[in-house]
This record gives sequence, structure tokens and C-alpha cells, in this order.
Amino acid sequence: MKAPLPAWLWLVPFAVIFTAFQLAPMAWVAISAFNVNGNWGLGHFQEIAQSAFFRQAIWKSLTISLVSSAIGLVIATLTCHALVRSGGRLRRAMIAFTNMTSNFAGVPLAFAFIILLGANGVLTLALQRLGIIEDVRLYSTGGLIVIYTWFQIPLGILLLFPAFAGLKAEWRDAASLLGAGRIAYWQRIGLPVLWPALAGTFTVLFANAMGAYATVYALVNTSYNLMTIRIANLVAGDLFLEPNLASALALILVMLLVLVTLVQQWLLRRSAQHGSR
Amino acid sequence: MAHAETLPAHKSPTAAPLSATFNPYAWIVGSVFAVLALPLVATLGYALATRWGATLVPDGLTLAWFVELWTTPRFVAAFARSLAVAVGALALSLVLVMPVALLAHTRYPWLDRWMNTLILMPFAVPPVVSSVGLLKLYAGGPLPLVGTPWILIPTYFTIVLPFMYRAIANSLRAVDVQSLMDAAQLLGAGPLKAFFLVILPNLRGGVQIAIFLSFSFLVGEFVFANMLVGTRFETLQVYLNNMRGASGHFTSALVITLFAFTLILTWLGNRQAEHTITEATR
Repeated sequence: MKAPLPAWLWLVPFAVIFTAFQLAPMAWVAISAFNVNGNWGLGHFQEIAQSAFFRQAIWKSLTISLVSSAIGLVIATLTCHALVRSGGRLRRAMIAFTNMTSNFAGVPLAFAFIILLGANGVLTLALQRLGIIEDVRLYSTGGLIVIYTWFQIPLGILLLFPAFAGLKAEWRDAASLLGAGRIAYWQRIGLPVLWPALAGTFTVLFANAMGAYATVYALVNTSYNLMTIRIANLVAGDLFLEPNLASALALILVMLLVLVTLVQQWLLRRSAQHGSR
Repeated sequence: MAHAETLPAHKSPTAAPLSATFNPYAWIVGSVFAVLALPLVATLGYALATRWGATLVPDGLTLAWFVELWTTPRFVAAFARSLAVAVGALALSLVLVMPVALLAHTRYPWLDRWMNTLILMPFAVPPVVSSVGLLKLYAGGPLPLVGTPWILIPTYFTIVLPFMYRAIANSLRAVDVQSLMDAAQLLGAGPLKAFFLVILPNLRGGVQIAIFLSFSFLVGEFVFANMLVGTRFETLQVYLNNMRGASGHFTSALVITLFAFTLILTWLGNRQAEHTITEATR
């Protein structure tokens, strides 16, 4: 049988579109970050480093992402631990519900939080009437951490639960037979087994938070200073468009994500070496 | 929606028979559940309330906000646009990914390793970052796509690629492609005919799961739609964002409608997944 055309020709359309709409935009960002008025240089990075405004955006992005990922991870860990000990029906219902809430993100999430905790929000008014609080500032760093944590929890549970489900009951029994208490069990068996999943989940949550844009944009438009908001505003704002500066800031964002992933893998390798010794 | 309405019944862990004695695990699950349910319940309540002022519960219940929403031509148009873009992007994905997955499975094993690396890219690069490059490359020049829906279709292809490729590759693994192709060709079918009549029907289940999940993901997409096209082609999420000045009851009805729509899609996808699994294990 003679094939009229070589089979690899079927790969060409995919390669062309993927290159044009995924690889080329990334390459353009990586290259133009070093393009300073037609010359090569680190001018944009210098400008970002010297600007208190951009430093604040990086700082706030990092703070909100790290804090919300850490709180989200702790709550997800406790929930998974509790779910493993709960009945099958409660567990299935909660996993299904978590799946459901993980779909609730972006602009709708911002609107739901305005209804709940905005200046005239349902919960805000209820808490005020009970005299528990005076006012809720949803549009502050604290408010954003609450919203970010809310969307980190379901994602954390979904990513961690398989690892918790993999902790075998026999290990606990064996440990207690050998005289290990609860703390010793977690120190020697539970945490070392879960550690890769915990580190990996933290990395995903952190990347998820660093890249988040829709929720904050819908909540405060461009008035809160985050990296993603600054990047978008430099290419699609009303005035002062500076696409090359946006590329430099975008490259810093991607580098921060790469850095966290590398640290995570380094920690995993190190603990694997310790374990095998 | 009926789903969300039944939620508060489980909300209090004391309702569970478990807590006759103090059960810390049920309490943890119950309080996390309550925290996660709170924004959804409040929005649902707001969407169904005639007025909800300074009281703990709404004054009265009504469906008027949903009626108003569904009789707003701008909303219906935005819905139609979102559906059109999602259908276009999924059709493009199928046409582009299917041959790649098939060749990776049958002829070029190295291609599968490559693809598994390539499909990580949409996860590693936030949409805001990709937008910077896309805006620059397609704002003018030979392909002035920015501001038209045509930029969204190939861009959405890149973000659903991970789901599509994995789903198709996994379904292919469950099918003995080579024997089926050989058998079909022995019976006189050309390779294309053999693919469409024999291989494709065998992949239907896995592909349907990927389509439902990708569809709900695309209907919820905001960043690219807003940055690359904006109000010139208003999709659902962009419309919702533009309605921030409208009545909270109206936007709540919109949020609940969107959420119900994605729930139906993921439910269809999961049902398909269970169906496919039971069929495979039979």
C-alpha cells in the first residue's frame, strides 16, 4: 500500500496553531522584556526594581499568594484528615461539593463576595447588627486574602485527598503495635508519606494565586496593586501603554513561579536522599 | 439550582446523627462546608429575594430577577456568543488534536512524551502573561485578530489542549487501534474511512467527557475574553463584569444561572465518565 502523503503531515496544522498562539506569545514576552527602545538591555528590570509602585505590586502579590496558599493548605489538610475518618456518604458528598465549588471562580466569585461581605453585604449587615464587627473591608489586603483562601480550599482538598486516601490503616496499626504514639506516627510515617503531595499542592496553589486576575479585577478594577493587574494595565489600560515593560513584569512573574517549583523539587530530592540513607 | 437549595439542610453538623457524641472530624468537615457554601447560599438567596435589606432573611421570594435576566436581549446575545466561541474552539481542538494523539499512539511514541511536556505550558503561563504577547502579535500586522472573536478560538484551543489531549490519549490506550485499523482495511476501507467509521466511535465516551469539562471551563473564561476582545464581542463573563453597576439581585440571578450551567455541564461530563468506566469494566 502506497501512502500518498507522509503521515507526519497530519501534525503540521497542530504545530502551526500551537506555535502561533502559545509558543510565539511566550517567546515575544521573553524577548521584548529586554528590548529597551530598540536596544538590548535590562532597563525595564531596573525600572521595576527602582519603582516603589512596582515593588509594592510584587510584594502584595507574593504576600497574598503565600498567605492564602498556606492557610488554604492547612485547612485542606485538616479537612482531608477529617474526611478520611468520616463515613463514606459524608465523604462522597463533601468531595462532590468541593468539586462543585472549585468551578466557582473569577468574576462570579467576586460578585458573590460583594453580596456576602460588601459594604451592604448580607453577612456584613448581620454581623453589624449583632455588634460583632463595625465594618468589613473586602477591598483590602485582608479581604483579598479571605477570597483567595476561599478558592484555594476546594482546589487543595481535591489535590490532597488522593494522598490521604493512600495512607493505609495497616501502617497506623503496625506503628501503634510497635509502641508509636500519635505524634510519633505522624512524625515518622504520616508526614514523610504525605510530604511530596503537600509540597506539590502548595506549589499549585501558589501559582494559582499569583496568576489570578479575574476575581480582583471584577472586585476593585485596577485600583488594587497586584502584579497581574499591573501587567494587564500596561498593555490594555487607558493610558501609558508600555508592552515591553509589561513583558518584563510578566517575565518576573513567570520566574517567581519557576523559582518556587525549583525550590519544591530541590526539597523533595533532598528529603528523598535523606530517606534513602 | 435545586442542588444548591438543598445545601443548608446539611450545613449544621449537629443535624448529623454522628454528633450524638462530640465528633471533631464531623465538626471540621461541617465548618469547612459551611464556609464554602456561604457565598453560594447568599447569592442564591439574593437572586430569589424581592428585597434583602437590613434583615437576616429576605423579605419575600420571587423569580422576577430570573425572568428579567432571560428577557434581556443583551444577556441572551452574550450567552449565544459564549456558546459560539466555545463550540468553535472545541471543534478546532478536535480537528487539531485527534490526528496528533492518533499518530503519537500508533507511529511515533516520542510524540507522546513531547505532548505531555507541551500540555503543561498553559498551566505554567498565566493567561495575563500570554495576553501580553497575543495583544502585540495580533493587534496589527498580517493577522489583525485582536478585537474580534477570531482571536479567542485558537487561544481557547491552547487552554483546553491539556484536557483534550489527555482524554483522547487515554481513550486510545483503551482501544486496540492497530488491529481495528487492520481489520477495517482488510475489509476494504481506506485509512480515513477506517478512522471515521471504526476508531472514532470507539473514542466517543472519552472525548465527550473532555468536551463537557472544556465547555464549562470556556464558558467561565474571562481574562482572554476581556483583554483580547472586550466589549466589542461581549461574552457572558465580560457581560457580568460590565453589569457591576446593576442591581445586586439581577447580577445574583446572572451568577446563579452561570453556575447552574457549568454544574449541568460537569454533571454531564462526570455521568459520562461513570458510564464509560462501568462499560469498560463490564
